[in-house]
Amino acid sequence: MTRRIALRPLARILEARAIGENPDRIERENVALRHEQARDKMRQRAESRLLMVAMAFFAAFLTVGVKMTALAGSEPEEPHIASTAAAALGTRADIVDRRGRVLATNLITNSLYVQPNDLIDPATAAAGLAEIFPDLELDWLMRRFTSGSSFAWLRGSISPEQQQRVHDLGEPGLLFGPRDMRLYPNGAVAAHILGGARFGEQAVNSAEILGVAGIEAQFDAELRDPARNGEPLQLSLDLTVQAAVEEVLEGGMTLMNAIGAAAVLMDVNTGEVISLASLPDFDPNARPRPLLVGDQAESPLFNRALQGVYELGSVFKIFTAAQALELELVEPDTMIDTTGPLRMAGFEIEDFSNYGPENSVTDVIVRSSNIGTVRLAEMIGTERQQEFLDSLGLFDPTGIEVVEQRAARPLYPSRWTNLSTATISYGHGISVSPLHLAAAYASLLNGGTRVQPTILRRDTPQEGARVVSEEVSAIAASMLRQVVTDGTASLGEVEGYEVGGKTGSADKPDPEGGYYEGRLLSTFASVFPANDPQYVLVVTLDEPNIVMLGEERRTAGWTAVPVAAEIIRRAAPLLGLRPESVDPELAYQLSSASE
Amino acid sequence: MRGFVTFLAAFAVVALGYWAYHQNILTQQSLREVDRLQREIGLERENLGVLRAEWAYLNRPDRLRELVDLNFDRLGLLPMSPSQFAVMDEVVWRPESLPEAAAPSEPENILFSASETEEPL
Repeated sequence: MTRRIALRPLARILEARAIGENPDRIERENVALRHEQARDKMRQRAESRLLMVAMAFFAAFLTVGVKMTALAGSEPEEPHIASTAAAALGTRADIVDRRGRVLATNLITNSLYVQPNDLIDPATAAAGLAEIFPDLELDWLMRRFTSGSSFAWLRGSISPEQQQRVHDLGEPGLLFGPRDMRLYPNGAVAAHILGGARFGEQAVNSAEILGVAGIEAQFDAELRDPARNGEPLQLSLDLTVQAAVEEVLEGGMTLMNAIGAAAVLMDVNTGEVISLASLPDFDPNARPRPLLVGDQAESPLFNRALQGVYELGSVFKIFTAAQALELELVEPDTMIDTTGPLRMAGFEIEDFSNYGPENSVTDVIVRSSNIGTVRLAEMIGTERQQEFLDSLGLFDPTGIEVVEQRAARPLYPSRWTNLSTATISYGHGISVSPLHLAAAYASLLNGGTRVQPTILRRDTPQEGARVVSEEVSAIAASMLRQVVTDGTASLGEVEGYEVGGKTGSADKPDPEGGYYEGRLLSTFASVFPANDPQYVLVVTLDEPNIVMLGEERRTAGWTAVPVAAEIIRRAAPLLGLRPESVDPELAYQLSSASE
Repeated sequence: MRGFVTFLAAFAVVALGYWAYHQNILTQQSLREVDRLQREIGLERENLGVLRAEWAYLNRPDRLRELVDLNFDRLGLLPMSPSQFAVMDEVVWRPESLPEAAAPSEPENILFSASETEEPL
């Protein structure tokens, strides 16, 4: 710090006075010096401030510049945030039954491929592979290995044992790629519903799984959707019930010497299909090839319960009776003329045997009188009959979520003559699938509202359009009950579960015209318990034939009915349906006798 | 005084810098840990899928039926029948106060006497 300059230093003033100078000059001189000094100081301060500001700006711009350079020079990248949600799963979703038991899942296996250029000894490798995989032929393998191509698939998925054995061959040209394989752990159970899957586009590290039939094809996109996050698809099927139904049906089919069989068990209120079986069946893990020649309906792949449309016969009579009641044309005890035979358009309608000149509407159903039903249909008329059958969904595909149903279109005459009205009233001249029939029975018996069959789990009843009134629905159920207690389905009685139902035995149509002689399709459409309908069961046997009580029996009362009764006996307890006032001793004897 | 404040400020800057740096490292470590756990979860999920498939395969109805047939002598299992439903009145309840001379085995009998109707197996 500079010393402050004195304005009038005494020594200099005295000196100046002595020589006669004006001392004021000295003072002015010093004032000027002082000013100069102050100015210098201020400039210095201003300069240092400017420098500070400049540095601050420089630092700021440097920061921005560095950040911009860093941004420009780096790869764009999402901010890394720890996510707690599981990463989206790339695998196909599982399919489970109504109680969460697995019906279809994935298993990680390996695929086998070859890079022939890397093979050290193609001949030995081919021989080794032919030994491990009996279905690979040595010649075919050698052709593959020597064709000059650099890559070839050998197997889609192999087991760990096979993988080890291939590994032990020690060939560097044989390579494995991870594969998700679709697995149906229950084998043939519910095979027709599940359908099957195959590999689509393949790469070394993964392969697409495509659904080819059934649920797998219907919900292919949904099952593959990664956004599903592995959420399984829940069906309305009950695995235990399905297995029991298939077991009983298979036993029944063998016992009755039938060539095929189908069963549909459906909840009347929700429309859920609890069980749907078709025999013969197949293993979806090794789905057989479709038939190249002959009738597809004979292939095990064919779903008789859902794809097959058949003339089901007398099971339709209840529709005619219910409609006549609904239109208030008759009461259950109105007497109907049943004198036969009935001639119509050069066609003769007869009953199985003569039931007398007159029968009540109830007895027409109980005894299954064709003539009586035709009389009822005549009262109803063609147009109203068509409307009613349409309201039961018997003219359109069922709409169930299984891909094959789209082709299962009912067959009915395009020109609906009076004769058509007459024959259709007792189930001839119209072909529907057993599932159609089950849905129509459910609609008729659940209190009279239309239900659409569904294979997906749902909890609430379907509030469909009204088909018949609640009273008519109850009367229909009691008529069906009387068919079992007093009529053609007496073998259908199951202690504890008031079974009601209607039999139907129809001659199978010959593709070359007319009907086969002695080749029947026997159907039993049943409902239980009849006093408060919960479930509908339709059982169909194709060409059953059994000798019982010294006679050859083909009609439903002797074939489809006992099979259906056994199914109900097995399935109803599994469904948690409590029997009504069962005598334990008697019930036990019945069920053990039927083993 | 002035010097002390400056020292405090400098110390605070260093301390905060250390803390921030430390937190940064901890975060990076946690992220690595999360990545590792997620890989592990993926693997476990895969294993779970395999186990689930195996469980379903071992519990397939055909196999259970075979096992029931094979072990019929020991287990005597039969398909469920309507007779196995009981009414509440048929259940013998344990009495409110046990009889005075109740032998240790007796309560067991009382508990299980309800199942006698199913005994003929």
